[in-house]
Amino acid sequence: MAESPFKADIERVQKEYSEKMTPGAIVYLPGSSVVNKTGSWRVFMPEFNRDKCVRCYLCYIYCPEPAIYLDEENYPVFDYDYCKGCGICANECPTDAIVMVRESK
Amino acid sequence: MEIPENVKKRLSIPAEEHFFAGHTACQGCGASLGIRYVLKAYGRKTIFVIPACCSTIIAGPWPYTALDANLFHTAFETTGAVISGIEAALKARGIKVKGEDGVMVVGWAGDGGTADIGLQALSGFLERGHDAVYIMYDNEAYMNTGIQRSSSTPYGAWTTNTPGGKRHFLEKRHKKKVIDIVIAHEIPYAATASVAFPEDFIRKLKKARKIPGPSFIQLFAPCPTGWRSPTDKSIEIARLAVQTAYFPLFEYENGKYKINMPSPKKEPKPIEEFLKLQGRFKYMTKEDIENLQAWVLHEWEKLKKLAEVFG
Amino acid sequence: MAEYKPIRKVVSGNYAAAYAVKHARVQVVAAYPITPQTSIIEKIAEFIANGEADIQYVPVESEHSAMAATIGASAAGARAFTATAAQGLALMHEMLHWASGARLPIVMVDVNRAMAPPWSVWDDQTDSLAQRDTGWMQFYAENNQEVYDGVLMSFKVAETVNVPIMVVESAFILSHTYDVVEMIPQELVDEFLPPRKPLYDLADFSRPFSVGALATPNDYYEFRYKLAKAHEEAKKVIKDVGKEFGERFGRDYSDMIEKGYIEDADFVFMGMGSLMGTVKEAVDLLRKEGYKVGYAKVRWFRPFPKEELREIAESVKGIAVLDRNFSFGQEGILFNEAKGVLYNTDARPIIKNYIVGLGGRDFTVLDVKAIADNMKAIIESGKFDREVEWYHLKR
Repeated sequence: MAESPFKADIERVQKEYSEKMTPGAIVYLPGSSVVNKTGSWRVFMPEFNRDKCVRCYLCYIYCPEPAIYLDEENYPVFDYDYCKGCGICANECPTDAIVMVRESK
Repeated sequence: MEIPENVKKRLSIPAEEHFFAGHTACQGCGASLGIRYVLKAYGRKTIFVIPACCSTIIAGPWPYTALDANLFHTAFETTGAVISGIEAALKARGIKVKGEDGVMVVGWAGDGGTADIGLQALSGFLERGHDAVYIMYDNEAYMNTGIQRSSSTPYGAWTTNTPGGKRHFLEKRHKKKVIDIVIAHEIPYAATASVAFPEDFIRKLKKARKIPGPSFIQLFAPCPTGWRSPTDKSIEIARLAVQTAYFPLFEYENGKYKINMPSPKKEPKPIEEFLKLQGRFKYMTKEDIENLQAWVLHEWEKLKKLAEVFG
Repeated sequence: MAEYKPIRKVVSGNYAAAYAVKHARVQVVAAYPITPQTSIIEKIAEFIANGEADIQYVPVESEHSAMAATIGASAAGARAFTATAAQGLALMHEMLHWASGARLPIVMVDVNRAMAPPWSVWDDQTDSLAQRDTGWMQFYAENNQEVYDGVLMSFKVAETVNVPIMVVESAFILSHTYDVVEMIPQELVDEFLPPRKPLYDLADFSRPFSVGALATPNDYYEFRYKLAKAHEEAKKVIKDVGKEFGERFGRDYSDMIEKGYIEDADFVFMGMGSLMGTVKEAVDLLRKEGYKVGYAKVRWFRPFPKEELREIAESVKGIAVLDRNFSFGQEGILFNEAKGVLYNTDARPIIKNYIVGLGGRDFTVLDVKAIADNMKAIIESGKFDREVEWYHLKR
């Protein structure tokens, strides 16, 4: 997950903003949407098979959240806190390294 | 998590992320992907102007925001006018707009807010020659208010106010060619783009940055919710839209047309491949599909001729 | 403070406004032409053309876009101005709400003109008063001098409380009629009105922000309360700025209601704008003939000067409210608001509404005398003839 530049402040969001309303409804916290863990929306989740991955990065490029990031060895990392389970990554993956499986909670 | 340097070099799009997850777009939303690409192309020194549309909600309710850039929410029909005012203010204050290190003023409006209610403000913006970029993300209906038809809705589509039924009351008018209206203003740069071709879209955004004057990009952004398509097929649909020449990618630069995709030398794919993935087209009869296919090919011929004569 | 040597010019109300825009160092003007506002933007364009003013002029394609562009410019940190009248003001109604909700210190000159149909280009207050709920403050100018002073003071007040202000002048009676106006040298205006320090600035990327996002029922209420509080706080700012203006330039505006002869008046004429100029003339003549009359000229309609009005009502027996406007299905707007302000007090002067001059019908000193006679008779008999008098009705 990309780090919001003001991550430490985001914990302050709910407290300070609910007490001190900003005139004009201004929000000075870029990336504060990260408090909303949309991973709970999922029905299906992407299951990643590292052996099949050819590191084309299409999953990273096409994720609308984005909830896919790349590690030091250039392999995708899935952030299940935010993945909504749309399945675009699995559909676009050219080697079927990503498969959508029904999540059991 | 920072992307490692060696990986950044291999990526075909910029690695910087200025769009954050946790936003409330639907699964598979083309518009949210569009915002992500625009922010990758322009970075933090961007002033986004967003009218009433899905993106208003995607950007986040108070006190949250998903964008790492400045964002001004505005009324539905005013995008073109507000970006004009912002650009004038920056000029008055001696702040550089566009160009290599200038501030980018971006109007990000849907098809409804551009082709219908926002058309006057858009026309004023284009005609006056402000140095800003207007991006119309086209999900082919008024999605935020619940999938009502707009002038950008294609022939034969189901929407909540063209719901088919016994009277076959579907969308009976062809898609309004907003890009033609924009080009009629003879601005320095206009283009179409699709979320399935992000390198092309980002290239066009960067070009718009370099070319002074008003720039316009119409971005094809699928909406699985409104199009009744599977959420994982959004990119595939956006790709097929281009490959069937339903939404060809081309550029208009200083009076010259250039087709990017599909190749004018080949036959485009049949429109059925595009239609069959989307539930909104399931009420179309054989005649409707033939009608739509004829329109697609007719518009494609027109574009090819324009590219030949004014290439 | 440098010594104030006024520059006297013979200008129309519109030109006075344009000079004030120049002296206030406005940075962006986005306006659409409409009679009788056109000479404001023409003069501003003239200043730009001959290098007297450094203004970015945006010739927008409608008044709705004019306010939208002005909002964009103000949000991006510039001092922004626009002007309009009647139909144009009505067209930008949606964006008036936006400007006040986004807390932008825009100043706009509205030339009071009658609403169509039937078409009329002449003086009528209904257009600006119909916008009284939009969260804008409203200043009514009696003469060309007040138009000039009003625009300068409004920028200072607006930028202090972050609420937009409309300066209202009469169509043709002020906008196109020439009068002597004392203008202030640029250096002294600069001392009075320093560069703007915006509440937020879209051109500042050190900490990116968003403005105007969705607010759920959990939050919206408090945002509106903030705007209401700003209007209340503005009353003190208006008085302070008006007092400072008087100290610097000799014309005091610290009273939100300009009073005349209240102490020994049986009844007063209350109204706004240029018609009060006529009333002042008439009051002087009437007092010579022995009438015990005075006047209460309401300068600021929003925020409404409740305390001042209540004070006046305690010392008079009657108030003749002159409304060059009407709210259909109710009564004259100033009358309605004034009456409401007095209800929860003990003051009970006889208060009557005279609807005058709609659509620019001439309102003269003789009309004031006739109204004075009517009020005198009512006060002496203690009985109303009617609450709302369509005074100018001929047929």
